[in-house]
Amino acid sequence: MPEHPLPAATFAELSLPLFDQLYNFACWLTQDQTEAEDLVQETYVKALRGFSSFQAGTNFRAWMYRILRNSFLSSRTGLKATVAFDEEDHELAGPPASSPENVLLDRADREMLQQALEELPVHFREILLLCEVEEMSYQEIAETLSIPPGTVMSRLFRARKALRRTLEEKLQGKNHGV
Amino acid sequence: MACDVGREKLDAYLDGELAPAEAAALSAHVRACNACASDALERVRMKRAVSAAARRHEPSPQFRQKIANIAGSKPGPASSSRKWFWMLATPALLVVILSLGVNFYVNRETGRRQRIYGELADLHVATLASATPVDVVSTDRHTVKPWFQGKIPFAFNLPELQGTDFTLVGGRVTYLAQSPGAQLIYQLRKHEISVFIFQDRSTDAASFASGSMNAFSFNMSSWTQDGLRYFVVGDVNRTDIEALSKLLRDAR
Repeated sequence: MPEHPLPAATFAELSLPLFDQLYNFACWLTQDQTEAEDLVQETYVKALRGFSSFQAGTNFRAWMYRILRNSFLSSRTGLKATVAFDEEDHELAGPPASSPENVLLDRADREMLQQALEELPVHFREILLLCEVEEMSYQEIAETLSIPPGTVMSRLFRARKALRRTLEEKLQGKNHGV
Repeated sequence: MACDVGREKLDAYLDGELAPAEAAALSAHVRACNACASDALERVRMKRAVSAAARRHEPSPQFRQKIANIAGSKPGPASSSRKWFWMLATPALLVVILSLGVNFYVNRETGRRQRIYGELADLHVATLASATPVDVVSTDRHTVKPWFQGKIPFAFNLPELQGTDFTLVGGRVTYLAQSPGAQLIYQLRKHEISVFIFQDRSTDAASFASGSMNAFSFNMSSWTQDGLRYFVVGDVNRTDIEALSKLLRDAR
């Protein structure tokens, strides 16, 4: 008896509900619609091909995201975006945000927040998306990014700090501009 | 900050990632500590704001359809008045077409598969009957694996067998359908088991269902991994074949 964990027809059933999120994630990674489409397509082709080796009982969503992310990292844009990224370099050593954070958010609108997210290093952007948009657990994020769960917590912390810093810089720039 | 609760921990708490006891303690603290309470509130607001702002990109209907086709789902419903006709007729037609196609395919593939399994069983028996069953004799995977370098056009990983009943005997180069591959001999109690590894060519891949089966009185198991097709063949019981297969699959 074949031990194929799931009948082939269920690849569509499992993978298509993830399509919108994967596409959104791909757009945030590549920052380009055409590239995002290519990336999502590549992900589905690879996942379909590898579906027979997918182990039932393991996390399908993390598996799909991992394929997408690995494809991105090996793409030209991905290599460029991640080259020489050192997390420690982004340990923001500057003074803490001068304005209280609630003031920060009151003044930043959605568009500004989107711009700040776009400007974050891709490692920070992706982990924020997985946590806040996908609402993945730290364990699931660890599986997706192939990093230890402990690193998830510290990287998320750094990513949030970097986002607040970027937002603040934007707000200051805006004030100077006015 | 007026208190010494780490902000990283506060984040983990708000992400629902603290252990229950720790979460309860922090929750009590946040209620009593103004600095933490206001910070926690702000962090929740930021989480929500990011979540809303980041749900931004919507795929086009054309692209959605393209991916649906790739994933193997049926195309979306037709928009004309014939929609209902097609909704009812399509599955019936599909069943007819598929069953014709599948029958043909299954018959052809079953024959092919039987031939391959027959060949593998022959290789296994011939190897064991040979005076020199293996060309590299070693129980050490770190000796056997590098021996194949330059002899076959791919590399593979072999499992650590410590704590299991399996022993590695050695390996040799073998051929299946004109393709070179690796044959490894393992021993379990007095039984010999062959592991065959070949490059998984896409044309062949469809011919094998992954899993275990019984063929020519041997138990066999087969799967693909990292572009390679594995076969485990032996006269031991299916559980043992599966145990060795699992070790190989998990080999790093």
